[in-house]
Amino acid sequence: MTSVDAAAPAPSQGKQPLILLVLKLRTFIALIAVFAFFVFAAPNFLSTANFVIMSKHVALNAFLAIGMTFVIITGGIDLSVGSIVGLCGMVAGWLILNGVDLGVGYTLYFNIFEIVFITLVVGILFGAINGLLITRLNVAPFIATLGTLYVARGLAMLSSDGATFPNLVGNPEYGSSGFYLLGAGSIFGIPISIWILIAVGCGAAYLAGRTPLGRHIYAVGGNERAAALSGVRVNRVKLFVYMFSGFCAAIVGLVISSQLVAAHPATGETFELNAIAAAVLGGTSMFGGRGRIGGTIVGAFVIGILSDGLVMMGVSSFWQTVIKGLVIIAAVVVDQAQQRLQARVALQQQAALGR
Amino acid sequence: MTALRNQTDQQQGHEIGLSVRGATKVYPGTLALENVDFDVRLGAVNVLVGENGAGKSTLMKVVAGVEQLTAGQILIGDDVVTFADTRAAARHGIGIVFQELNLFPNMTVMENIFIAREKTRGFVDIAADEQRQEAAALMQRLEHDISPDAVVGELRIGEQQIVEIAKALAQDARILIMDEPTSALSSAEVEILFRVIEDLKRRGVGIVYISHRLEELIRIGDYITVMRDGRITGARHMEGVDVNWIVRNMIGAASKDFAKTIDHDFGAEVFRAEDICLPRKSGGFIVDHVSLTLQAGEIVGIYGLMGAGRSEFFECIMAQYPHCSGTFHVDGKVMNEPDVAGRIARGLALIPEDRQAEGLVQMLAIRENMSLSSLKNFTRGFHLNLKRERESVMSFVRDLAIKIASPENPVSSLSGGNQQKVVIGKALMTNPKVLLMDEPSRGIDVGAKAEVFRTMRGLAAQGLGILFVTSDLEEVMSLSDRIIVMSNGRITGQFSQAEASEEQIVAASADGHVQRSHQQHDRGESRV
Repeated sequence: MTSVDAAAPAPSQGKQPLILLVLKLRTFIALIAVFAFFVFAAPNFLSTANFVIMSKHVALNAFLAIGMTFVIITGGIDLSVGSIVGLCGMVAGWLILNGVDLGVGYTLYFNIFEIVFITLVVGILFGAINGLLITRLNVAPFIATLGTLYVARGLAMLSSDGATFPNLVGNPEYGSSGFYLLGAGSIFGIPISIWILIAVGCGAAYLAGRTPLGRHIYAVGGNERAAALSGVRVNRVKLFVYMFSGFCAAIVGLVISSQLVAAHPATGETFELNAIAAAVLGGTSMFGGRGRIGGTIVGAFVIGILSDGLVMMGVSSFWQTVIKGLVIIAAVVVDQAQQRLQARVALQQQAALGR
Repeated sequence: MTALRNQTDQQQGHEIGLSVRGATKVYPGTLALENVDFDVRLGAVNVLVGENGAGKSTLMKVVAGVEQLTAGQILIGDDVVTFADTRAAARHGIGIVFQELNLFPNMTVMENIFIAREKTRGFVDIAADEQRQEAAALMQRLEHDISPDAVVGELRIGEQQIVEIAKALAQDARILIMDEPTSALSSAEVEILFRVIEDLKRRGVGIVYISHRLEELIRIGDYITVMRDGRITGARHMEGVDVNWIVRNMIGAASKDFAKTIDHDFGAEVFRAEDICLPRKSGGFIVDHVSLTLQAGEIVGIYGLMGAGRSEFFECIMAQYPHCSGTFHVDGKVMNEPDVAGRIARGLALIPEDRQAEGLVQMLAIRENMSLSSLKNFTRGFHLNLKRERESVMSFVRDLAIKIASPENPVSSLSGGNQQKVVIGKALMTNPKVLLMDEPSRGIDVGAKAEVFRTMRGLAAQGLGILFVTSDLEEVMSLSDRIIVMSNGRITGQFSQAEASEEQIVAASADGHVQRSHQQHDRGESRV
C-alpha cells in the first residue's frame, strides 16, 4: 500500500496554535477569572484574613483531590475518602481523649506525634483494603470503595455512638497537647495546613513526573494490558494509589479535627464528590491515563474560591450548588474540545513530516 | 465432491448481482483499496483470496456498509448505490458473516439472530414464539440442535460461528458475504456449511466467500478473485484454477523486497522451551507439548493458521497463564520468574500481536511509550532522569528510523508502521537477548514491512535470538533461518530455510486437524 499525504497545511514545527495554549491553561484562566470577578463583586474579598480562611477551606479539598487524581488516572475511583476523613478524625480524637485501654487496669496514652502517625496509618490501611479488594478480589473500584465508604462511616459513628469528641486540647503530661496547632498554627503567616499542602502537592507532582512509579500510574490508566505486558506490576501500582488516597484522607481528618478542636463522626460527608469535581476540573480524565497534579490543585482553588466568594456575595447556597454543577459540566465540555484539537495538531505535525 | 463443482455452461449464465467499480479506500497513512473492480455473481460462490492485509475484509466492509469508499462506486444492476450503514446494505439484500464473531455473549441464540430486527407485535412487544420457531428452523437447516434459548456465551466457538451464520441467513440475503466462516469449524461442520451454501446457490443467492484454506476455496468456488496490497491481481472462472495459480497471484511474481540474509554464524543456545502445555477449558490443549530451541543470532519463524496456539505459546513465555506447564531456559538457566517484569529482566521481550490493545498506551507520548519497559535504566533510587531517558529514546528513534515530529506527541498520531517501530523500540530498550514478535508485519504497509524485516535481520546479526509468529507464507519463507509449523496447538513440522517448500508448510499447517479428527470439534480459539 502506498502512503497518502494528508492534505492539511502543516503548522511550523514545535509551535502550537494560540487557541490550544488557551485551552490547555483553561483551569488557570478560569481561576484568574473567578478571582477577578470576586475582587469586584464581593466586599472584603482581597483582605488577608479572607485569604487565610479561603486557603484553609481549599486545602482540605485539595488534599483529597490530589489522592483522587492518582486513583482516577489509573482508571479507578475512590468514594471512601470522605468517610476515611471522618474515621481518622475520630481515631485522633479517641487517642487524645481516651488513650488505649490495655485491659489490665492500665491505659496507654500517646504523644501527639505518635497520634498523628497512628491516624495516618489507619487512613493508609483503609486505602490498602480498597486496593486489595480491587486487585486481589477483582471488585469494581466503584463498588469496593462504596463498601468501605459505609464501613468507615459506620465505624466512626460506633466509636462515639454518634457523639462528638469535644475539646481535644490533650494533656501536657502525656505530650499530647498542642493538637490545635495543626489546624490553627501558622509559620511566616501562612497556616500550617497550607505548608503541608505545599509539601504533599510538590511530592505528588514529583512522583507523577519524575519517578518510574508515576509513569506506571499513567500507563496503567492508559492501557492496562499493554502496561502489564511491558512489565509494569499493575496490582502494586493500583494498591499504591488507593493507599496514597487513604493517606491524603487521613491528613484531612487530622486537620479538620484540629481546626475544630473536636472530632465529629459525620465529618467529611460528600467530600469525595468535591474531590472528584476538583480533579475533573483540573483536566483529569475519568477514563484514566490523563491528569496533572498542578491542574487538580488549581481546580480545587477554582471550586473553593467560587463557593466562598458566592457566600460573601450573599448568593443563596442553593444557587451555589447549581453554579458549581454548571462549572464542572463546562469544564468537561471544554476538555473534550481540547483533546480533539490537540490530536489534530499532533496529526498535522506528523503529516508535515511527509508521512 | 466433484458434484459440488458447477458445469461450465451453467456458469456462463450467472447474472451479476452487485459490482464494485474503481473502489479506493484511504485510511490515514495507508491505501487499503486501490482502484478495485469486483463482481458478485448471483447463484454462485465468488471466492475472494489474499494475504492478511491485502484488502479483502476492507472490500467486504465497504460492500456491507460498514465502511464507506473514498472514491469509486457500488452498482446494483445499473443503479449506483451508497450504503451509509449496514442497515442500508441490508435493505438491498446484503448480509455478512464477519470474520470476528459479532455476537452478544450475554444474550440467547434467538435474541442474537434477531438483534436489531426483532419481530414485534405493534412495534413494542417482541414476538418471542415466532422468533423461537424461526431460530429453531434455521438451526435445523444448519443441522445443529442448538436451542434457541441457549446463552451464546456458553456455546463452543464453533457453535457460535454457526449462530453467526444463522444470523446472516435469517436476513434472507440476496448476497451473502462470508468472511472466513470456517475458521473455527470442524470438518463435519464445514461439510454442513457447504451443503447450505449449495442450497443457497440453487435459490439464486450470490455468495462471497473469503478463506485462507485454499483447497476449500477450489472445491466450493465458482469464480475467484485474488487480491494483493489493495489491488486485484487475478480474477477468473474457477475452472482450471489450482493452488499454484492462487499462490502465484497472492504473492506476485516480483517478490517483495525483503532484506536478504546477512551471513553470520549462530551463537550458543539462548532460549529453550521444554514441553509447554496450556490446557483448554473444554479439554485438550491450546498449546500442546511444544518444545523448541533458539540460538543467538537465529531467526525462527513459527507459521500457522489463526487459532493454532502460536500467540498463546508466546503468552506462556511471558507468564500470562499461571496454569501453563513446562519449563523455559534462558542462557541455559531455568526461567521461573512469575511475572512479566521478571521475565523482561531475564532478557525476553515481547512485541504483541495487537499493537493497539497490547503494545501501546495510546494517550501517552512516544517517549513515554518507548521507555515504559526500561525505566529502571534511567532511575537512581526513585528519581527518574528525564534527560537521559530522552537521549536514549532519541537514539533508538534514529536507529530504527522512526519518523516522528516530536517525541512528546501522543503515539496515536503515528502511522501503523511507525507505531510498530515504537513497540519494537520499547522492546529493544530493555536490552533483550530474545525477541518474541507476534505478527510483526500486521497492519503495516509494504514499505514499513521491509524496514521492520531489515531491522529484524540487523538485530539477529548483532546476536539477538528472534522468534516470530506469522500467517504469511512468503514472510516465513524469506525471513526465517528455521521454520516451525504449528497446528492445533502442536508443532507439526520443522524445516531449515534450505529445505522448506511452500507445499510442505501448508500441508503441515493443516496436520494437527487431520491426525486428530476425533478431537476436531474442540478446535477453536479460546483466548483468555
